[in-house]
Amino acid sequence: MTELTIFRKALSPQASGAEVAVTSAPYFPRRKKRITGRSIAVLVFLAICALFFCIPLYVVIVTSFKTMYQIREGAMFALPNVWTLEAWDHAWNTACSGTRCEGLKVGFWNSVAILIPSLALSIGLSIVTGYALALWNVKWAGPFLFILFICAFVPFQIIMFPLISMTAALRVYGSIWGVAIIHSVLAMPVLVLIFRNYYKDIPQEIMSAAVMDSGSFWKIFFEIILPMSGNILIVVLILQITSIWNDYLIGVTFGGMGAQPMTVNLANLITISTGTVRYNDNMAAALLTAIPPLVIYFIVGKLFVQGITAGAIKG
Amino acid sequence: MPRVSFEHITKSYGLLKVLDDLNLSIEDGDFLVLLGPSGCGKTTLLNLLAGLLDVTDGRIAIGDRDVTDRDPKDRGLAMVFQSYALYPTKTVHGNLKFGLAASKLPRDEIEKRIAWAAKLLQIEPLLNRKPGQLSGGQRQRVAIGRALVKNVGVFLFDEPLSNLDAKLRTEMRLEIKKLHDQLKSTIVYVTHDQIEAMTMATKIAVMNGGVIQQFGTPDEIYERPANLFVASFIGSPAMNLRKTRLAVSGGKAEAIFGSGVRMDVSDYPFAETPQDGAEAIVGLRPEHFALEAKGPVAATFTVPVQYAERTGPDASAYFQFEDDLLALRVAPDAAAKLAPRQAVAVSYLKGKANLFDARTGHRM
Repeated sequence: MTELTIFRKALSPQASGAEVAVTSAPYFPRRKKRITGRSIAVLVFLAICALFFCIPLYVVIVTSFKTMYQIREGAMFALPNVWTLEAWDHAWNTACSGTRCEGLKVGFWNSVAILIPSLALSIGLSIVTGYALALWNVKWAGPFLFILFICAFVPFQIIMFPLISMTAALRVYGSIWGVAIIHSVLAMPVLVLIFRNYYKDIPQEIMSAAVMDSGSFWKIFFEIILPMSGNILIVVLILQITSIWNDYLIGVTFGGMGAQPMTVNLANLITISTGTVRYNDNMAAALLTAIPPLVIYFIVGKLFVQGITAGAIKG
Repeated sequence: MPRVSFEHITKSYGLLKVLDDLNLSIEDGDFLVLLGPSGCGKTTLLNLLAGLLDVTDGRIAIGDRDVTDRDPKDRGLAMVFQSYALYPTKTVHGNLKFGLAASKLPRDEIEKRIAWAAKLLQIEPLLNRKPGQLSGGQRQRVAIGRALVKNVGVFLFDEPLSNLDAKLRTEMRLEIKKLHDQLKSTIVYVTHDQIEAMTMATKIAVMNGGVIQQFGTPDEIYERPANLFVASFIGSPAMNLRKTRLAVSGGKAEAIFGSGVRMDVSDYPFAETPQDGAEAIVGLRPEHFALEAKGPVAATFTVPVQYAERTGPDASAYFQFEDDLLALRVAPDAAAKLAPRQAVAVSYLKGKANLFDARTGHRM
């Protein structure tokens, strides 16, 4: 801040009411900050924190590009002598998980196949429930919300066995749909609360106007409310993509043999009991599994921050 | 074009009765203003008519139809909200169109109506903009347009001008009045602004505490307030209300103020013959005083000036009388001549006094 332009009402009678631009000296010139011992301490602390995360990541990345021959030399932090994509190729196409040697790509496509219906089901169900609870007169809405709130705290492990027999009875156990349904059910409490709180901030008069104009639950939802939910949808989308993609327990429990997600695939791939441990393959496989949520972050990360703040203040 | 009637309306939230056995009916083409202070139940009454709230007991009819249990969209009315309540993600055109969402009209009829409303309200250049890109006055027009396209007989307005600045408010007030003259529709309009009520209404219902205090034309409300609440609520500066004792002897009736000033009220149209010595509250409009009376005078007060203030075309002066101030409307040039604490003789014109029973607060 160097200059401030101030508009001051001129007091002289001939120019009364006119706005006159006044250029004045800087108001509060900022003193140059000196580097103090305290700020050095903070910087050092932050640098250590950053290294704490960066060094393992560095090791994972460089190892994935090394040959097994170089890895056996033991210089963990050294850069690859020869940069090679062999390990990546092997992990993706031919690494063995149990008796099948088709690599991670099976798990990847399973994960994609699980992700899409899980997202659609969980967001679809909870957005409509949140909309109904926030903007329509639902009988017992209060108790219902309270129960949902309680459900958000129930650990998955407690209800795992009943859920297995329920999905088995529905004949979806061991299929992609089984995993998707469990994901949606488990995400419901938190997502409904998020949507409901977001929609509570929509002015009541807009809803009244819509009710007088149309009165149709679905028409109001699709034409008025859904277009206003962009911000919160992005937040929920990222939350869900990360949690569904990174999930291991639901996948391993409900996926059976045919619908195991990438995380389960990865775990099987690296826990071998015979032969040598192929570190470069393992690192490449781990990176491959971690990349998709990162890509999503980079694509919509900016929108994500906007979404969070927009939800925090009024929408 | 329908008439609207409320019959024995009761609305309660739990044990709290907001409206109790309220009856009100207006004719086809009336411009009804529900006027009252905040929390008097006027908006509740409007929402009951709109169907946004359910009545606890009673019956609402629009035209010959009983709409008490109908859905809002089936009641045949349109509403303009205080905050405009435009749909933020739709364009102006989309906003107007959604107003017709419930009607299964052919597309060209919809377009025709939107074009008509846009022309009437001069918002044609704005049709492709979003509400966020409009000024307050433009949003107001769009909100009215959204109601107009529905082509219904009854329009509801919920304090539509309270978010506008003073100049725009005056403009929009005129426009709404013009629209009413043009469309001849029935309008129910909620406000706490007495100027809006006085200028636009054909009928005013003054409400307080969930009860209709008086229902009548603006002139009736202003000239013959039914009770002390209406008398003090309508008018700015407010009516001067003073406790007096009536002295009745023969054909002559006088109101005697605490300080001994006597006011002749023989010509007052008493509803029933007053008793000698009865306590009465006299209501004196500020504009019925005169510094130099040219006609018959009911009473003359010799009182010291406290201060005078100019409100544009005219001025108000305040005089110390007994233990309170007496507000007068005076000409600005006369106000300029008034010196503080100077005693002045002011007269109250004959036949203009209002008398209220001191016990019940009702008009005598």
